[in-house]
Amino acid sequence: MPTEKTVLLDGAGIKRALTRIAHEILERNKGVADIILIGIRSGGVFLADGIAQQISVIEGKDVPIGAVDITLYRDDCSGNLPHQPVGKTDIPFSLEAKKVILVDDVLYTGRTIRAAMDAMMDFGRPQSIQLAVLIDRGHRELPIRADFVGRNVPTSQKENVEVVFDATNQPIEVVLEK
Amino acid sequence: MAEFKHKHIIALRDLSKADIELLISTAESMREINSRDIKKVPTLRGKTIINLFYEASTRTRTSFEIAGKRLSADTVNIAPSNSSATKGETLADTALNLLAMKPDIIVMRHAVSGAHYFLANKVNCSIINAGDGAHEHPSQGLLDMLTMKDHFGRLDGLKVAIVGDITHSRVARSNIQGLTKLGSSVFLAGPPTMVPPGIEKMGNVTVCGTMDEALQDADVVMMLRIQQERQGKTLMPNAREYSRYFGLNPNNVKLAKPNAMIMHPGPINRGVEMSSSVVDGDQSWILKQVENGVAVRMSMLYHVCGVDSVE
Repeated sequence: MPTEKTVLLDGAGIKRALTRIAHEILERNKGVADIILIGIRSGGVFLADGIAQQISVIEGKDVPIGAVDITLYRDDCSGNLPHQPVGKTDIPFSLEAKKVILVDDVLYTGRTIRAAMDAMMDFGRPQSIQLAVLIDRGHRELPIRADFVGRNVPTSQKENVEVVFDATNQPIEVVLEK
Repeated sequence: MAEFKHKHIIALRDLSKADIELLISTAESMREINSRDIKKVPTLRGKTIINLFYEASTRTRTSFEIAGKRLSADTVNIAPSNSSATKGETLADTALNLLAMKPDIIVMRHAVSGAHYFLANKVNCSIINAGDGAHEHPSQGLLDMLTMKDHFGRLDGLKVAIVGDITHSRVARSNIQGLTKLGSSVFLAGPPTMVPPGIEKMGNVTVCGTMDEALQDADVVMMLRIQQERQGKTLMPNAREYSRYFGLNPNNVKLAKPNAMIMHPGPINRGVEMSSSVVDGDQSWILKQVENGVAVRMSMLYHVCGVDSVE
């Protein structure tokens, strides 16, 4: 069966969404003090870069960016699925008493975010953890919600939502596949 | 996407180039955990690992134990001196008794080459080889390759000299299997009594007549330990003469490339296969090898745990 593709957001739309998220993060946290952006591999890392750029444009200040790979924190590792290749976690600073903003591309079951929060706790005790996502597609399996959302998209569980990046890791579009 | 399909890791000979690359790249990611304040991830929570060491080992056993613990597995060590082997129990019986404790992985070191294949046919858990006789020592081969990749950024096109008692060396065999699969060439040197005939058939392997020939323009010089416990008195006249012909010292080390790595699987007989100034010199990567050992073993434990069906 051929898959049907709908473009939910184009490159300009993604940029506008990231700009708005950057403004909301600054508004909620009253500036950039103690803010750390942590992207969830792989899509979240590139979006965290985009948000950091916008923050730097708005406030004229850079915020630290880290990357987390949640493979080792997955809740399905004890099953008999072949284990996924493990990406690098790169958090070269302490999270103690910081305001950590986790960034992911698509929020779905919430299991990835649970794993990422567990990983954050292994790096210290952040003052708070907030969540920014480009797309919230619903169907949560855990009590998790995002603080900053680019766009809410009602989906069925049979559909697939994907953020597409180009060769330089810039987001090009968000597509819904049926 | 790369997928690891082996339930056991017994020999690098059994693994493909892609398998080896996956194990090494996972180890590179695992290394970050070892630099954290809290050196633990929950990945193998609830898994039981038995370290069954029929031969003496400090480095490898400790390294496997730490690797298991950093992945949150429960690790148990069994050494022959306090196990039933001294009371006459066979390997098969020991294994069946251990299985009653439902381990997920048995990490074993055994003096008999191929003992792990025998064991793998008897049990339903994963088997990892921590050294079998003069056959293979896959975790050492992998950590050596990871260390080379740290320095050179690649594992193809390297000239690797391995010097010493090749006949008794499982480290040499695992390195030959791994390095030649990844596109490097291996040059061997040692007393003729310690170089097995036909070893050049293992792949891109050259047996050199003298140590100088092997060292010439080498990217890596790997010195092997003289295994006094494994040989009779006949293979070499004495340690001093061995050191003169096959020892690495500040003079002959200059034959290798200026940025060459000096490696040794340990434990070192200082003054026999290597002079102390080389062991502690700038080109020595020996302690980095030990450090990489934990990450490589975490990678091995992680990947065999994700495979249920028999390969």
